[in-house]
Amino acid sequence: MGERLEQTPRVTDSGRNIAGRGKPRPAFALWGLLSAPLAWLLVVYVGSLALLVVSAFFSLDDFTGKPTTDLTTGNISEAFTQGEYVSLVGRSIGVAVAATLLCFALAMPTAFYIARLASRRTRRALIVALILPLWTGYLVKAFALRAVLAPGSDYGDGGFMSGLVGWSPGFGYVAVTLTLAYLWFPYMLLPIYAGLERLPNSMLDASADLGAGSLRTFRLVMLPLLLPSIAAGSIFTFSLSLGDYITVKIVGGTAQMIGNIIERALLAPNQPLAAAFTLWPMLIMVAYLAVMGRAGAFKNL
Amino acid sequence: MKKVSALAVALLGVVTLGACGGGDDGGAMLEELGEGEGAVNLVAWAGYVEDGSTDPNVDWVSDFEAETGCEVNVKIGNSSDEMVELMQSGEYDAVSASGDATLRLIAGGDVVPVNTDLIPNYADVFEGLKNKPWNSVDGKAYGVPHGRGANLLVYNTEAGAAPSSIVDMFSPDSPYAGKISVYDSPIYIADAAIYLMATQPELGITNPYALDQTQFDAAIAALETQKSIVGQYWALYTDQQAALENGSVTLGTTWQVIVNLAKANGAKIDSTLHDEGATGWSDTWMVSSKAKHPNCAYKWLNHIISPKANAGVAEWFGEAPSNAKSCALTADPNHCATFHADDEEYFSKVYYWTTPTKDCLDGRDVECVPYSEWVNAWNKLRA
Repeated sequence: MGERLEQTPRVTDSGRNIAGRGKPRPAFALWGLLSAPLAWLLVVYVGSLALLVVSAFFSLDDFTGKPTTDLTTGNISEAFTQGEYVSLVGRSIGVAVAATLLCFALAMPTAFYIARLASRRTRRALIVALILPLWTGYLVKAFALRAVLAPGSDYGDGGFMSGLVGWSPGFGYVAVTLTLAYLWFPYMLLPIYAGLERLPNSMLDASADLGAGSLRTFRLVMLPLLLPSIAAGSIFTFSLSLGDYITVKIVGGTAQMIGNIIERALLAPNQPLAAAFTLWPMLIMVAYLAVMGRAGAFKNL
Repeated sequence: MKKVSALAVALLGVVTLGACGGGDDGGAMLEELGEGEGAVNLVAWAGYVEDGSTDPNVDWVSDFEAETGCEVNVKIGNSSDEMVELMQSGEYDAVSASGDATLRLIAGGDVVPVNTDLIPNYADVFEGLKNKPWNSVDGKAYGVPHGRGANLLVYNTEAGAAPSSIVDMFSPDSPYAGKISVYDSPIYIADAAIYLMATQPELGITNPYALDQTQFDAAIAALETQKSIVGQYWALYTDQQAALENGSVTLGTTWQVIVNLAKANGAKIDSTLHDEGATGWSDTWMVSSKAKHPNCAYKWLNHIISPKANAGVAEWFGEAPSNAKSCALTADPNHCATFHADDEEYFSKVYYWTTPTKDCLDGRDVECVPYSEWVNAWNKLRA
């Protein structure tokens, strides 16, 4: 809590300063500045979401394959009550959670090392090294992992992994989880690193003085203070994983996630059903954001 | 908040109006051929529009561009469904549509009748391909026949003797279990129906696209069983090619062009037609109702069924050409015999992709399962 108390006044101060400088009509200036992005947000962002929700109620002409404006709840009930789709959504959430946990498990010690143990020089080099993959295209990375994870076979060499260690998970949900964790790792690392850097040394010292071991300090002092950062990082990794469908196509084998079923419906082409499927990730993300908001994620973004 | 909702409503109105405006505004048939517009945008199956970039010897686009001044832009459609979706966008001038897309495109007003008088090469097209239910309505041609063929079985030549039966694709004790690759599209349900025609004749299936509810459920059950022996479902032909090259797939449904591409990269594979009869295609080049380059589109239609280009496509893709004169121009003099170009009896064993409708296509007086249900069933199967 201490860290938050420290920060809050600073933010308010500078906020007041900015507003104070535009003396004659601060409100006018502010709206002038914000109107363009705000309009964009409303029309393009909220507008298209609203459209998506409305078109989920449209129906499809059986033969021409085109949406008509006759309203129906058929798509929604198809998307939300059929066992196959519900289990698919369950699996998608499972993959997103697993990828998020994997990112966290890898990012926590890495970030701790960079923020607390590394020398200043190493720190800079490591941060650059860990951010550098963000410069590489998504597809390049996904296909690289395809080359790594490809299963071996009697009739071919398989990927690097099966060549090197004689085993690979092959294509499927495990491969998808690994690839997603690899893709989104920096998004978990950076918030945790930022959180760790702000963590006052005095707290850790106090904890040690009071006789807590390092594990206990981690559990009772660091983790609660870092929770907002972890929550913020997990929003990135969870939402990016949940919505992904390209990685699934590249390393998924026969695996499918929500995004794939949306794509299928779109290409069918059955836009209303696709729109109905998109309500799933929307609802899941709203719920997830609500939970993470309680964990303080938005205080650190 | 009021403003927000007002805006949203206005926006919705605009978009809805736009969406409703489509459909019946289809342009009329072209009466006279004019100057080319300098470009033509095509939606085509992989291997249908080759400009030498895949293989320097495979090129029937460059002459066309030089001759007509129409620059060819091609968008590969990976499935009939995708092609319908692309054509609905109105961004393309012409499409190589299979029989499970043509009627949907016609009904949706996305394509217009084609004036075959403006396409001199149409005269040389096999009579057996003209004015068929999948390329015409009321005797009005909606396109020019491109060629036809059967979906083949591809197998790894080191994995054993050549398979001859579709049973190997479906039986849980298939010697290829776990390394089987299946075409990822609702239309594949018809392949299961062909399997049932051979193994469960009591179901009484005569046309794999005319399935009543009982027959349809049996086909889906066969596909559910098949799931346990499938290694991958392929939607992109490049995925199938890669899997054949690295050996992770040893048996699968394929098009000949994929076999050609993979073989060129050293894959030890071959293809065969299974004994039970197979699904196949008879493709038609159609012109969009919103074509921005109609003259170039007509020139392309005439070009792609010209003896030389048609022979080139037929050999590259591995199908029977539509132009009778093409048979004299193929590099392999036996190509037309191998692919049964004018062998109507052979093609009676090939079930061309067709859009299943409620009215049974085989004329039975029961209700058949329409294509939209095929899509839903397939999506659930794959979910």
